[in-house]
Amino acid sequence: MTARFLPGSLRRLFCSWSSRLPPAQYGGRHTVTLIPGDGIGPELAQHVQDMFRICCVPVDFEVIDIDSTKASEVDINNAIIAIKRNRVALKGNIETNHDSPPSYKSRNCLLRTALDLYANVMHCQSLPGVRTRHENINITIIRENTEGEYSSLEHESVPGVVECLKIITRTKSLRIADYAFRTARENGRGRVTAVHKANIMKLSDGLFLECCKEVASGYPEITFDTMIVDNTAMQLVSRPQQFEVMVMPNLYGNVVSNVCAGLVGGPGLVPGANYGKEYAVFEMGTRNTGKDIAKHDTANPTAMLLASCLLLDHLRLHHYASTIRRAVLSTVTETQMLTPDLGGHSSTSEVVQCIMNAVQNPTKHLKDRCRST
Amino acid sequence: MASHSAVLSMSRLLSPFRGGLLGNPTKVFGTTLTSHRNKTLLTGDNIPPPAKYGGRHTVTLIPGDGIGPELLNHVREVFRFSCVPVDFEVVHVNSALETDSDMDNAITAIRRNGVALKGNIETKHTLPPSVKSRNNVLRTSLDLYANVMHCQSLPGVQTRHKNIDIIIIRENTEGEYSSLEHESVSGVVECLKIITRNNSLRIADYAFRLAREKGRRRVTAVHKANIMKLGDGLFLQCCREVASGYPEITFDSMIVDNTTMQLVSKPQQFDVMVMPNLYGNVVSNVCAGLVGGPGLVPGANYGQAYAVFETATRNTGKSIADKNIANPTAMLLASCMMLDHLQLYDYASLIRNAVLTTMNETRLHTADLGGQGTTSEVVQSIMRIIQSKGQLISEF
Repeated sequence: MTARFLPGSLRRLFCSWSSRLPPAQYGGRHTVTLIPGDGIGPELAQHVQDMFRICCVPVDFEVIDIDSTKASEVDINNAIIAIKRNRVALKGNIETNHDSPPSYKSRNCLLRTALDLYANVMHCQSLPGVRTRHENINITIIRENTEGEYSSLEHESVPGVVECLKIITRTKSLRIADYAFRTARENGRGRVTAVHKANIMKLSDGLFLECCKEVASGYPEITFDTMIVDNTAMQLVSRPQQFEVMVMPNLYGNVVSNVCAGLVGGPGLVPGANYGKEYAVFEMGTRNTGKDIAKHDTANPTAMLLASCLLLDHLRLHHYASTIRRAVLSTVTETQMLTPDLGGHSSTSEVVQCIMNAVQNPTKHLKDRCRST
Repeated sequence: MASHSAVLSMSRLLSPFRGGLLGNPTKVFGTTLTSHRNKTLLTGDNIPPPAKYGGRHTVTLIPGDGIGPELLNHVREVFRFSCVPVDFEVVHVNSALETDSDMDNAITAIRRNGVALKGNIETKHTLPPSVKSRNNVLRTSLDLYANVMHCQSLPGVQTRHKNIDIIIIRENTEGEYSSLEHESVSGVVECLKIITRNNSLRIADYAFRLAREKGRRRVTAVHKANIMKLGDGLFLQCCREVASGYPEITFDSMIVDNTTMQLVSKPQQFDVMVMPNLYGNVVSNVCAGLVGGPGLVPGANYGQAYAVFETATRNTGKSIADKNIANPTAMLLASCMMLDHLQLYDYASLIRNAVLTTMNETRLHTADLGGQGTTSEVVQSIMRIIQSKGQLISEF
C-alpha cells in the first residue's frame, strides 16, 4: 500500500473530511483569519463577512491587513502566525510588483511555503446558467503548491545569464500524488491524469511521473495515465470532457488551472483551496488581484463566496455551507443576474443582495427575490 | 565550374534584395505575392549561398517517426507532380539508438544544404537521461533561435472561435529546454532554466522586426516575472529595450496564466506574441487547438544561417501512424513556407492555394477535423487542383 512510502507523521495527510488537530473553536464559534489582500480582495471579503452575518454563521474573522508596498516581511509573518493559531484562513490575492527587487519574494508564495500548503485543489465545473463554448466540464485539478518552479531560487552567475532552479523532490511528489488519488477515490472519480514534460525534463518530471506511478499501483480501481503539458493544453481547448482528475507540478498547474477556469466561464466563478497537513487557506481559484476593476463594484463575488463555502465545509458547518452555496448557484444559473465578466450588467452589490434574499427566503419565487430594492 | 559561377552570379543578382530583405519585395516578383510569405530575417554579409546547382535546390529531409514518413512522402509526391525544382536529401534518424551518430549526420547535412524539412523524432522515455531529445539537439546545434508559428482561423474549418490571427514567436534554444538537470541529493532533482540577455535581445529583436515587416501593430510578451523575477524579469527587460526602438508598435506584457485564460475566452485580442521556450510550447499548442488542431498549423525554426520547417505542434502521431488518416495540411503548408524561404514563390503559392482550396471549398477533411477523408484522398484532391491550374503539369 502507498502508506508504506510515507513516514508516520505524513499519514495524517490533510483532507477536509479526515480527522486532524482541533480547530480554533470556542463557545461554539470558530475563529478564521481573513486576509483581504489587494485589488478586489477587500470588497469581496466584506461581502463574505456580510453574508456570514446575515446567515448567522458561527464564524468570527480575525482580519489581517498586508501592505504589499512595504519591503519588510512583518505583515506577512503576522498573518502566518494568525493562521497557525486559527488553522483556517480566507484570503484575497496579495499583489507582487514586478519592479520590486528580487529579494522581495511573492507574499502569497511565502504564505504557502511557510504553512506547507502542499495541495492546491480547484474544481472546475460547467454551470448551467453560464454560457460557454464547452459544456459538461467536470475537472478537479490538483497542483503541487510548494516546490517546482516557484522555489524563487535564482541567481545571475555571469552578468547577462540567469539560472532559475526548478526543484522536484521525491517526498513532495509522492505526497501530492497520494493526495490526488485519495481525493479521486473519495469523490468516486475513475481517472487520474498526470501532466508533465518528461521528454525534455527527464530527471525532474521523470521523478514526478515515477512517484505518481508508484502511488497509482496502490489504487487499482483508478485508471492512471499521463499526458505531456502541451498536448494537455491542446486537448483542453478541443475536448475538455475527457479529463477527470489531473495532478501536476506547480507551473503546469498554474497554466492548466487558468485554462480550465477560462473554459467554464472565467476567473470570477471558480474557488480554490490550499490544503496542508494542518492548515487550510481558501481563496479564488485563479488568484487574481483584479486591480483594474477594484472599487468599481463590478467584480464577480461568486468565486469568493464559493470559497467561503469550501471553508465552511472544512469547519464541518455543512448546513451553512450548503445554504450559501445553493443560494449562490441559483442566483448565477437561474436569475440571469450576472456581473459584467459573464456578460451581464449587474453590480457586485446587486448580486450579493440577491443571494442574501435567496438565503432568507428560499421558498419565494426567484424573480421576486431579485427585484432591485 | 560553370555551375559554381552560375551560383555566384545568382547570389550577386539576389544580394541587393537580400540586404534589403525587409524592404519592398515587389521589385522582384510583382503580382505573384502572397501575404503568407515568411522570409528569414538575415543580414547581408553572413548568409551562405544556397545549395543550388543547375537551378535545383537541395533540401535535407528528415522523416522522423510516427506520421512523419508518410506525410513527407506525400510532400515529395506533390513536389514531383508540380515540378518543383527541389531535390531532397533524405537522412534517417533512428530514435531507438543511444548514440548520436544519426543526429550528427543529419546536422551535417543541414549545414551543407542550409534548409531542412523534418518530421518529429520521438524521444523515448525509457532511454537513460543522458540521451537528450534529438529535436532539441538539432535546434541548439544549428542555433535555430526563433520558432515562428502563425495561427489563423480557416473559413472551412469549424471551430468555437473565429477570426484568430496570432503570430507566436518562441525562443527556441534556451529557457527550460537546456536539459541541465542533476540529482544533487538522492530524491531531490534540480532542473535549471537559463535565460540570457543575448538570446532574449535576439528573440525580441526578431519579433519586432517580423511585426514591422508584416504590418502588425502590437507585440505581447508572455512571462511569469512575478515569481521568476530574475529570469523572466531579464526577458521582459530585454523586450522593453527592443520595443523602445519600434515606436509604431505597441508593446505590452501579460503573465502566462492570464494569457492562457484570455486565449480561451477572447483570442482575437492578440496580435504578435513573444515568449521564452516553455510558455511558447504551451501557448502555441493552445492556439493550435483553437484554430482546429495539430494537423493544420505549420511551424518554422529560423536561425541566422539555417532554417528548418516542420509541423508547428511537433507531434509524432504514433497512434495514427500508417493508418492513412493523418492530416497532411500542416506538413504541406510547412513545405510551402520552405519554398518561400528558397524564394520559389510561385510554386509556394500554387501549392498553398491548392491546399487551402481543398480545406475551405471542397471541404474534404480528415478524421481530426471531423471528416471522413483519408490522407491519400486529400493529397489527390490537392494534386487535381494543381493540375487544373494548367501551368505546371508533370509529364509522367
